[in-house]
Amino acid sequence: MEFIGYLGDVFTPFNFGLLMIGTFGGLILGATPGLSPTMTVALLIPFTFRLEATEGLILLGAAYTSTVAGGAVSAILLNIPGAPANIATTLDGYKMAKNGHGARALQLSFLSSAAGGVFGVLLLIFLTPILARWALAFGPSHIFWLAILGITVIGTLEAGSVVKGLLSGCIGLWLSTIGFDDIMGEQRFIFHSSLSGGINVIPALIGLFAIPQVISIFAKGRADSGTEILSVERHPISEAVREVARRYRALSLGAVVGSIVGLIPGIGGQIAGIVAYDQSKKISREKEKYGTGHSEGLIAAESANNAMVGPSLVPLLTLSIPGSPTAAVLLGGLLIHGIFPGSDLFENHPAVAWTFINSMLVGQILMCIFGLYIAALAARVVLAPPSFMAAAVLGLAVFGSYSVYNSMDDVYVMLMLGTAMYFLEKFGFSAAPLVLGLILGPIAEANFIQGSLIANATSSVVEYFLTGALNLCLISMVAVSLLYSVWSEIANGRNPVASGNGRARP
Amino acid sequence: MKKLLAAAAIALTSLAGAAVADGHENYPERPILLMISYGAGGATDFQARIVTMTAGNEDALGMPIAIINKPGAGGRKGWNWFATEADNDGYTLGAYNIPHFIAQSIEGGVDYSADSFEPIANWGADPAVFVVAADSAFNSMNDVIAYATENPGKLTFSGAGLFVGHHIAALQLENAAGVKLAYIPSNKGGAAAMKSVIAGEVLGGVNNLSDAYRAREAGNVKILGVFDNERNDFLPDVPTMKEQGYDIDNSSVNFRGVMVPKGTPQPIIDKLAEIVPAMFENKRVLGKMNAGGSPMHIMTRDEVLEMWKAREATLEKLLAGL
Repeated sequence: MEFIGYLGDVFTPFNFGLLMIGTFGGLILGATPGLSPTMTVALLIPFTFRLEATEGLILLGAAYTSTVAGGAVSAILLNIPGAPANIATTLDGYKMAKNGHGARALQLSFLSSAAGGVFGVLLLIFLTPILARWALAFGPSHIFWLAILGITVIGTLEAGSVVKGLLSGCIGLWLSTIGFDDIMGEQRFIFHSSLSGGINVIPALIGLFAIPQVISIFAKGRADSGTEILSVERHPISEAVREVARRYRALSLGAVVGSIVGLIPGIGGQIAGIVAYDQSKKISREKEKYGTGHSEGLIAAESANNAMVGPSLVPLLTLSIPGSPTAAVLLGGLLIHGIFPGSDLFENHPAVAWTFINSMLVGQILMCIFGLYIAALAARVVLAPPSFMAAAVLGLAVFGSYSVYNSMDDVYVMLMLGTAMYFLEKFGFSAAPLVLGLILGPIAEANFIQGSLIANATSSVVEYFLTGALNLCLISMVAVSLLYSVWSEIANGRNPVASGNGRARP
Repeated sequence: MKKLLAAAAIALTSLAGAAVADGHENYPERPILLMISYGAGGATDFQARIVTMTAGNEDALGMPIAIINKPGAGGRKGWNWFATEADNDGYTLGAYNIPHFIAQSIEGGVDYSADSFEPIANWGADPAVFVVAADSAFNSMNDVIAYATENPGKLTFSGAGLFVGHHIAALQLENAAGVKLAYIPSNKGGAAAMKSVIAGEVLGGVNNLSDAYRAREAGNVKILGVFDNERNDFLPDVPTMKEQGYDIDNSSVNFRGVMVPKGTPQPIIDKLAEIVPAMFENKRVLGKMNAGGSPMHIMTRDEVLEMWKAREATLEKLLAGL
């Protein structure tokens, strides 16, 4: 309960002002495609040079919290995930906005982000020492199996065909092998100098999601512009609160899955949203509604990707090991003020550590208030004429992909991938599994190679990857996930009507 | 075409130079870019932002330096860009990491070598150290090597990737001790390599002195030796490899500094070479660097030129066996 003693520090006028700036700025930056949480926090570090340690950390903590939630805005309204964490949000969120429920989708997303986020930060506050040991338990073999578990999700991710989902995933896996391989020191598939750095996830994400939309809007021409949505339904906040409360299963599942995945160094929050989405779909009574604008998936995904924020800092604050790229940037922010995180951080600099954590806690709530406030307004974006929309999205896409690494190469890659995706979508393939392949490929590959290098030196590869309680537990989860997909595919094929209506209870 | 343009540019500059003394006395007249070939928030980026924060002062360059990150392929992407596309008018500087870029140019497949760049000044030197988990049975490098001699190829130890300082240190250790070791490179940098040591996935690791120092303060690791010519001020109690009987010099020390592309006008290089090292000496810079646990090592242009040459020669020998 020590943190309550420092709660007052967050509310001094100057600190609270910083917290507001960080939260509001983070929300806007997070909503801009290409400006991921890592990027935003890195951009803010120079501003903290002139601030005191606590003040600087309040700014960084608030910005980190709200950029993660801000990414949902562009995911819902434009179908462009602000960061990899928001991929799952597009699946149902964008459909909801298309159906005129944009305001509701945004409200639900901010409410579940705040609920998940507060859960994650409370875990960080109360269970840090226990969680630290858990974070270290995951070695290369375990992270390899986790990545494989993520890959098994690919096939069932979208409502369409499992085979096409898997094929999209394979394309993503292949794309992820392009570039220099840091472990074996080889170059792979570099047939143009733009590819020497490999395909970066964020430009790919923007291209694959945004460009097909832009092309299809332009392809339609003037003929039927403005026919899609005629009104944005107003939605009272109290309704949204009640809906989130009614979907408590999805909400709590998201918070738990997000916290667990966020804790593991190296996997980061990129897949928290997607895993939670998939799990909530599997336990839901209304599976068939997923992907059509159903709120359950949105709630699970958003509560998961904000729940990941708190636990992702556990390895940093206790072991001085940044578990995610954003945590690495935050480490820089701590070091610049002469604060070395480690097991004694809370004894040596309690004011700094607790104020930082408190600022994330209060930031979650502030973020939710700001978010709800702008939701109704932001939702009106969908009313813009499609041709203007397409131009604006194209502009954002180019800006977003350039700004990640200041490189035109990324813009070319983004445009190429996006154009290819337009044609793939015509044949029923979808972007989400492809991006998931792109994200999981390197994690699976690098951990497999590292694991086998260690295994070859010490024991055998088979023993290293296939024995041990944690390995077996993960392998059985992979098996269950696979069997489940096969089973539901067969059930669907045999009796589409039954699976469509029969299983859904009133 | 590019060459033609460059030639035309050189012709133009020399023409202008003939007209107005040398035309560079007002340099710099606008803000300057500093290209970092690693991501925002990494050690190189972090340190570069600190050492350049006083550039706008009147007694320094009088113009701010803006950082631009071009990460990818272990730094290759940024340095390729710097060697082939960056303007050589003095307004685009780059940060170098030694031994990384020299080792990569020896390995091949890149558009640069030590001759593509002109060093300006060095700001930091981060030696590699050998770490083991706090509960490890190893208490000295001799314990480690004794284990490796009994179990050839079974001593697993981590480091941040290939053709970086850690990899060079690993090769030097293997050569000096005459045993076979199992170097496990990480593709996520030093932090991931450190995690694998603390979590006990590997028996030891080569890592940055600054990170290892922090990990030891936190009680997570023991530091058994420094891959440098002398002991380090941050770790006066840790012996060098040479003291423990392994003939290893400072070839793996990660030097960081500022350079410009080849072809930058000599007056500009001279001016930068005079001002930049003095800028690094600023009290605020030294204070922030020290607080961050980043060892400073300021070297002038002439010293860096010599260091690059020496490094190239040793690395060529060391990497020839790969």
